[in-house]
Amino acid sequence: MSHHIVEVRGLEYVYPDGTPALRGVSFRIEHGESVGIVGANGAGKSTLLLQLNGCLLAKKGTVRIGDFPVTRETLPRIRRSVGTVFQDPNDQLFMPTVEEDVAFGPRNMRLPPDDVEQRVRRSLEAVNAVHLRPRPPYRLSGGEKRSAAIATALSMSPDILVMDEPTSGLDPQARRKLMDLLGRFTHTKIIASHDLDMILRLCPRTIILHQGSVIVDGPTASVLADRELLARSGLDLPLSLQVCPVCGKTAGMPPRNDG
Amino acid sequence: MVRIHAAVSDVGALDGLASQDSPIHRLDPRAKIAVTAMFLAAVVSFPKYEIAEMMPLFLYPAVLSAVGQVPAKTLLRYLLLASPFALLVGVFNPLLDREVVVHWGSWAVTGGWLSFFSILIRFVLTVSAALLLLACTGYVSVCAALNRFGAPRLLTMQFLMLYRFIFILSDEASRMVRAHGLRSGSGRKPTLRVWGSLAGHLLLRAYDRGLRVHAAMLARGFDGTLHPPRAFRWRWADSLFVAGCALFLALVRFGHVAERLGAWVLRVSG
Amino acid sequence: MHMADALISPAVGGTMWAASLGLAAYSARKLKPEIAERKVPLMGVIGAFVFAAQMINFAIPMTGSSGHLGGGMILAILLGPHAGFLVMFSILAVQALFFADGGLLALGCNVFNLGFWPCFVVYPLVFKRIVGEKPGQGRVLAGALVSGILSLQLGAFGVVLQTVVSGISELPFGVFLLFMQPVHLAIGVVEGVVTAALASFVWKARPEVIELADDSKATGSASMKPILLGFAVATIITGGLLSWFASAHPDGLEWSMFKTSGQEELDMPDRGVHSSLADIQERTAFLPDYGFAESEGAAGSDETGGGATAEEPDEQDDEKWPAVSGGTSLSGLVGGGMVLLIAGLVGVSLRLIKKRRQ
Repeated sequence: MSHHIVEVRGLEYVYPDGTPALRGVSFRIEHGESVGIVGANGAGKSTLLLQLNGCLLAKKGTVRIGDFPVTRETLPRIRRSVGTVFQDPNDQLFMPTVEEDVAFGPRNMRLPPDDVEQRVRRSLEAVNAVHLRPRPPYRLSGGEKRSAAIATALSMSPDILVMDEPTSGLDPQARRKLMDLLGRFTHTKIIASHDLDMILRLCPRTIILHQGSVIVDGPTASVLADRELLARSGLDLPLSLQVCPVCGKTAGMPPRNDG
Repeated sequence: MVRIHAAVSDVGALDGLASQDSPIHRLDPRAKIAVTAMFLAAVVSFPKYEIAEMMPLFLYPAVLSAVGQVPAKTLLRYLLLASPFALLVGVFNPLLDREVVVHWGSWAVTGGWLSFFSILIRFVLTVSAALLLLACTGYVSVCAALNRFGAPRLLTMQFLMLYRFIFILSDEASRMVRAHGLRSGSGRKPTLRVWGSLAGHLLLRAYDRGLRVHAAMLARGFDGTLHPPRAFRWRWADSLFVAGCALFLALVRFGHVAERLGAWVLRVSG
Repeated sequence: MHMADALISPAVGGTMWAASLGLAAYSARKLKPEIAERKVPLMGVIGAFVFAAQMINFAIPMTGSSGHLGGGMILAILLGPHAGFLVMFSILAVQALFFADGGLLALGCNVFNLGFWPCFVVYPLVFKRIVGEKPGQGRVLAGALVSGILSLQLGAFGVVLQTVVSGISELPFGVFLLFMQPVHLAIGVVEGVVTAALASFVWKARPEVIELADDSKATGSASMKPILLGFAVATIITGGLLSWFASAHPDGLEWSMFKTSGQEELDMPDRGVHSSLADIQERTAFLPDYGFAESEGAAGSDETGGGATAEEPDEQDDEKWPAVSGGTSLSGLVGGGMVLLIAGLVGVSLRLIKKRRQ
């Protein structure tokens, strides 16, 4: 099923002001995989994600989504396969109501109104946000905005979900709910985050970026337990693997949420 | 800072009123815009010394605000908040127009006073009409209806985008002002140079946000086509409302209602 | 400085709305090829920025008072004239609806006064010419200062014209002008300095923000259409104004004439000018004279905004006052008072009924 594969080879990207952001990144993600992208601030995570939906186009190296390379001509197709959830949900909710935001994608795909309606309903159901449908975005809480933003991406029926810091700014319960939600999705998931505990739970595979290069690409269990590796990459152990401040013991690997 | 917060929460509150349910709320927004336009035209078309014949027009805000569940307090606050420019200019009328026009008992009333009161009445009526439109329709529906009336889609889209981002930008602005206030000694206003920097940073952040929103739009397939808002359904109640109000306004404007009523009352009471 | 509905006549309101909507449609069409680019969200956020920035007051040095940003110029600089105009339109609409800062009928006037002049006239013809290809700090300041002063002078003049032509206010043209223009000179200077401060900051920090705005490729050769339209509108209004001056109303001109010469009207030689200008006025009048009101001889005066009857000057005294007194006769007052009471009662009872139902 080649249409779900994400393949990046030798990706290099330099910002217009000369700052190099990505220096030869390569990896391959199969259909249905759940991959975490971690790294210190400035490591290139967000830049990498923007390459995957064609918002940034690399001069050197290739990005392939399924059968198609990411080029200016293939952008419409790419954007239908790759759904993006940005770091700040406010950037994604720009229509007067949640309903119109969720319908924005399908409408741009020129789908007939009935199809649009069906997709809106299904996406909102998938994120448990049907009651938010008529609300204006500025009336939503942080967690509600996050759910609505995810729905706006889901309504385009993407095969691949790319998410930038999905748990940032959420209160503990909203975070828990989001993690449960994401655990139920069967899409290919590529999640960039500082929330290493979430990555531990949701992503069996982790890629660490450091100064624009891939430092390691492997099973989360070993990658995120390697204290020295993490320190070299400007990171730290996930909280759940650190010593418990109350009882002094180490918790060990938590059970994975991929049901 | 308090000012920014208060202003924005006013905006939110007014739009909150619009999400209520009432016979007025259920009318088609196009009907309400049309009636508001007719009402405003009627008010300002009265000659400048008219007072008595404008009185029947008060029925419009009275009825609409009651049926539309707009609290009288909100209406009053809105009137007080409204720009007093008209009143400031109107205040000169009694000073400039001193020709005595009529005698009421022992009072000699000048044209200037008449026109000043007329201005006052116009002020109250027109400002109320604006509030009622907003509170019974909602900003978003008004924009959509304007689009249906033929306003350029880019313009109405801009109305909506602006509204959407006002909340975010005002939040950022008030946080900056608060941060500045905490470090500037007893809430002094920023100097021009500091303002330039504050506003400049705000602008850059807004600009970056604009770029991010653009990326989000592109990621969802945006290609420059602006889709029109969903259509409204015009019902017979809407036609009735528009026709009824048009009739009422025509009657008030040209029918000398006050004069006739007063004459009849005087006759009947001997 | 925002025009209000209470001072406006239907003719002025309608004309300015038509002008503003026409300009909006023109701008939207001009922007069509660029919509897919960043303009749409940028217009939204930068508009919101101006709106928010207007609420941050700064201290004006050497005076006790504070000021705030107007925004027309900076919008043109950042977004170009067409997008800047549309954004100004939206900001003024929000202000009119939510804060009653300017009336809905007067929105057309405000959009024209505060949007047309800075975006379509001053920005292309003045600012860009001064700043040229290589903006340096001095040039930006000079350009912004001159532009700020000019835009506000033009805008203030617009307000004066619209008020005087509407005829609801008694302020004579000259007096109003003498008050508005100097005040707005000061405001214009402040606006210029503030715009320059902002523009310089952005230019130093992120020059691409300003460069992006260049949607009219050639400097200063902006399309003449909106400018011509604007001047056409201004001419119509001025024409109406001049004829209004000439027609027989006790107005500022005659008031000052009366004061200076002790005469209410000038003599015969001016009859020719009077009647021909009055003719123009008749033809450009938006609403015909209230003929039936006059024939009734009762209430309803003949004085409205741009349109008025072409009376013979020496009959003016007789015709005017009976028309006014009609509306203020006893029966009128009684009736008016009763209707007001009725309106209040209706409102209150409706609310009580609603409460009872709930």
